[in-house]
Amino acid sequence: MSKLYDVAIIGGGPAGLAAGLYASRAKMSAIIIERGKWGGQATTTEELENYPGAIEHPTGPKLMERMKNQAEAFGTEFLKDEIIGLDVSGEIKVLKLGKSEIQARTIIIATGAQPTLLGAPGELELRGKGVSYCATCDADFFTELEVVVVGGGDAAVEEAIYLTKFADKVTVVHRRNEFRAAKSIVEKALSNDKITVIWDTVVEEIYGDGIVEGVKLKNVKTGEASDFRTDGVFVFVGTKPISDLFKGIVNMDEKGYIIADEEMRTSIEGVFAAGDVRVKSLRQVITAAADGAIAAVNAEKYIEKNFH
Amino acid sequence: MIELNKDNFEAEVLQAEGAVMVDFWGDKCEPCKALMPDVHKLAEKYDGQMKFCKLNTTENRRLAIGQKVLGLPTFIVYKNGEKVKEISGAENCTPETIENLIKENI
Repeated sequence: MSKLYDVAIIGGGPAGLAAGLYASRAKMSAIIIERGKWGGQATTTEELENYPGAIEHPTGPKLMERMKNQAEAFGTEFLKDEIIGLDVSGEIKVLKLGKSEIQARTIIIATGAQPTLLGAPGELELRGKGVSYCATCDADFFTELEVVVVGGGDAAVEEAIYLTKFADKVTVVHRRNEFRAAKSIVEKALSNDKITVIWDTVVEEIYGDGIVEGVKLKNVKTGEASDFRTDGVFVFVGTKPISDLFKGIVNMDEKGYIIADEEMRTSIEGVFAAGDVRVKSLRQVITAAADGAIAAVNAEKYIEKNFH
Repeated sequence: MIELNKDNFEAEVLQAEGAVMVDFWGDKCEPCKALMPDVHKLAEKYDGQMKFCKLNTTENRRLAIGQKVLGLPTFIVYKNGEKVKEISGAENCTPETIENLIKENI
């Protein structure tokens, strides 16, 4: 019979890693299962200057590596695998992997979110050919070139600033007439000589022959269409939850975000949700980590109540 | 896996007979680095059936752009020097999709 864990955590981003740390530190046996990259979305940014204590420019990958090491030091186990199904009907929950399964008393869903596509023609065809969702991964390619950033939230504005270290010119295309991002970074972006903003405008099409050559823009107020030549398009228009696996199991909102209460409890007893995958107002590394801690503490309470 | 650069790319990929898979990665591409152990395993599993190479685009930017690669991770299969199939982006490049890419082209 396979080992029975106190906590099985699905997803190895900041929420999952913090949950692992808190669970292990509370002497619960904990395993984190991650299908992709440890650290999740946080590894795709170099700019993490709003994480408290991170004043010496730690970068996403560095901070995530440290979070993982910290959880490991307290005894969290790590497994690189993809979960294909789960059974949460019994007192012992079962996670099904390709060739094996994991049994646990509680589950913390920390699968996070992923970038939303723009939905413009040409976007899918030109992915990796100038269309990107990861500035850290792809900024290098655009050294001394010109890029367009689409979006107006924190990610768009922060990554636009980051891209100026590489590209000669960064043009931010935003559908509204002001940014939703934090004021300090907006000021930093607007005072950057390499950044120009095109307000009230959407990208209608990305085109190019095998490689991005330009975008077709449309002003949403005047309806005026224009053509804009560029070498790259970085898309930061929001995220969508990675929650397909849990559809029909736990309650979600219409967008697929999992509904959890203040204690991170979902609609199923013993199943918790933490981080970007749940319904919440602020999706940041710090709020994900906080969710993870709360979920782990409540998992412990649940186990004490139900298994002792 | 063969490490590619501007000096051997032509001979190892474009002039090569048969199927060659190239893993385009970069120093700052965390998804690429996370995939690397799996790619090495696949290269061992399918050893002899296809040639497996990797190209560090941080060091070989122009070469990558020359192959119309401006995003990571990207995996391209060449046959007799011609591109036949490629996949790109962290969500699209998983150990499963990479294995399928190999299977379809051996």
